[in-house]
Amino acid sequence: MNTLQIVWFILLTVLVIGFTVLSGADLGVGILRFFARNEDDQRAMLSAIGPFWDGNEVWLLAAGGASFAAFPPVYAAIFSGLYLPLMVALFALIIRAISIEFGSREQSQPARGYWGIAWAVTSTLATLLLGMALGNILRGLPLNAGGEYTGSFFGLLNPFAWLLGALNLAMLTSHGAFYLAMRAEGDLRARASRWALISWAFYLPLTVFTLFAATRYLHLARNYTGAPGWWLVPALGLLAVIFAGLWTSWQAPTAAFVASCFSVTLLLASAAIALFPLLVPALNNPALSLTAANASSTPLTLFVMLIAVIIGLPLVAIYTIWVYKVFGGKITKAGHY
Amino acid sequence: MDAVLLARIQFAGTIIFHFIFAPLTIGLAWLIVWLMARYWKRGDDASRNLARFWINLFAISFAVGVATGFAMEFQFGTNWSKYSRYVGDIFGAPLAIEVIFTFFLESIVIAILLFGWDRVSRPAHFLASVLVAIGSTMSAFWILVANSWMQTPEGYILHNGRAEMTNFLHVVFTHSMIPRLLHTVDGALVTAAFFMLGISAWFLRRGRQVESFRITFIVALVVAFLTSVGQLGTGHLSAWMVTRTQPEKLAAFEGLFKTQAYAPLTLIGIPDPAHATLRYAIRVPSGLSLLAYFRPDATIKGLDRFPPDRWPPVVWTFYSFHAMFWLGMLFIAFPLLGLFLWWRKQLYHNHAFLTAAWLLTPLPFLANELGWVTAEMGRQPWIVYHVLLTRDAVSISVPAVHVLLTTILFGAIYLTLFLFWALFFRREVSRRWEESAVEPLVKDAQ
Repeated sequence: MNTLQIVWFILLTVLVIGFTVLSGADLGVGILRFFARNEDDQRAMLSAIGPFWDGNEVWLLAAGGASFAAFPPVYAAIFSGLYLPLMVALFALIIRAISIEFGSREQSQPARGYWGIAWAVTSTLATLLLGMALGNILRGLPLNAGGEYTGSFFGLLNPFAWLLGALNLAMLTSHGAFYLAMRAEGDLRARASRWALISWAFYLPLTVFTLFAATRYLHLARNYTGAPGWWLVPALGLLAVIFAGLWTSWQAPTAAFVASCFSVTLLLASAAIALFPLLVPALNNPALSLTAANASSTPLTLFVMLIAVIIGLPLVAIYTIWVYKVFGGKITKAGHY
Repeated sequence: MDAVLLARIQFAGTIIFHFIFAPLTIGLAWLIVWLMARYWKRGDDASRNLARFWINLFAISFAVGVATGFAMEFQFGTNWSKYSRYVGDIFGAPLAIEVIFTFFLESIVIAILLFGWDRVSRPAHFLASVLVAIGSTMSAFWILVANSWMQTPEGYILHNGRAEMTNFLHVVFTHSMIPRLLHTVDGALVTAAFFMLGISAWFLRRGRQVESFRITFIVALVVAFLTSVGQLGTGHLSAWMVTRTQPEKLAAFEGLFKTQAYAPLTLIGIPDPAHATLRYAIRVPSGLSLLAYFRPDATIKGLDRFPPDRWPPVVWTFYSFHAMFWLGMLFIAFPLLGLFLWWRKQLYHNHAFLTAAWLLTPLPFLANELGWVTAEMGRQPWIVYHVLLTRDAVSISVPAVHVLLTTILFGAIYLTLFLFWALFFRREVSRRWEESAVEPLVKDAQ
């Protein structure tokens, strides 16, 4: 395995983390729309994510595009193998985009309410399915020698996939609630904190349970048994989860949200450590697994892409900071939605 | 049903739907740059409201474009896994670069353009409009790099059972890339200009907001004329390049079954591939040889040089090419007539012309789609020209019934999206309409 392959394994992880931390907040706020009490709640929730969700979602495109460019067989195996779940996730994301954009243009009830429900349903569905997809990738897929998925659709609905789907729902719901508690004021802020604690009460045990369940898969445990120092990463992740909850109950929503960002980052990093250098473990025969070493593009392509990322990501940071500077801060009543 | 055909239908359907909105937003973004510059300079309510009106129409289309473009990024993997694996080393790079340099830019900065009215300064707001326009045009650049590589693959070798990149600049600047980029982006400007022309005409025709819409009307008219004339040049350049790089595609454009010197230019006709003839054809003698090589005796390769199982679908390619061509002629003639009326001071109160301008609005969208069909049908049966056949590129692990199911879902969702787009479009227009009182139709001389 060469350095470029390792770098791209890490970059792909970074893009997935970037998507989950940023878009996770707006997906979570979308899920919480189910619990909105009135018109004002929905307006504030839309204002909290309205200017940002589109840019946030590009991180998923970046992860998809990077996997295509850097590890084509991985992109091919995952998207054709998880065909139906990922297609439904795409449909959900398409409808979600429209329900945010068109819903905020809607002036009257009950139409605004319908768009809000579409927004909540699609956010939930996308979160569940993306979590299940990650679960299937971690667990491994049955592959043939050509790197094609050989299982059936129902093979994707295994308990570990459901567990990761549930974890992702709990994680992003609480992440979104931490975010909303930080940005909202008054009554909504109090309720967002309560939603955060309720979803956190699922997030924490599901995290612990998933960590235990994952160690039962030999291919996920091997890096940790080989170098136990890596256990520090999931341990810190778990600590961040705990502190996110504590800070919420101590009424420090900004600290809670930062802790939540750390927890999402560290838990996904733990998953990447568990996989490395695997990208798609082959469930039927470990020798058929797609890895950073055997499934990468040529060094030239990896190098060109690396240059693009080195120039491009600082630019992304600049636009992101600009937009958060203009639209960040507390949500005011005279918001734009 | 055949899995390959279903995958092709799904891909064509999603891209054709996306390609309604993508060219409109690319072109309109530049017209908005003009309106924002105008607002920066004047800073009054009228210029602000006018810019805001067009930005709202832009935003509705941009939202649908983003939502549908999102699916496309993943469709290579879902439906074309063998393609993704075979050419990912080359094809994935421009796609990923497009995301990093353009999607982030436009998706993030659009927030400033849409909601920045009372939050950023006028120069900063203008800057946002420029960045969105650059982002959307650069997005066209990178996706056309990827597409052009499928048409005229260069800068690679076949090695280790896949295509591997040997030279990135050759991959980016393949022979057909610059002509395709110019033709597509100029087509986007034509689309946006006719869009602005048609909607402005709709207001002028009814005597509402005349002062504002006279400005967008006349600017759109001039832009429509210039960009449509530009399409003659970029279209010619594209066909000139196709002659040299994909001769069987050119032969299908023209319905040229026999290789010949003094090859004629076909204006109209009915191709009959089964009998390898073109019926009821009206031709300009030696026209094709002259256009392609500037010599009447130049030999142009006909379809007879290629085995029939490697012919593009001649009927599709021929009709879409010719329909696009004649629409292009109309797009030159119509603004020319408008400019003539303007010179005669009979433009703004000419009901027939204003109505026609409004009715013409959908046609550039149609021309864009026909151009896409011409280019992509003309590439068949190859997915990567002379490298990989389309039928060898699909996902073998996906059952045909799953493709059928998702295609139906795509169809239902996209149809719904279109209806909502139309609904919100109408609302924007009628909101603007209700803000205004009827004014008498102005005379041109004012």
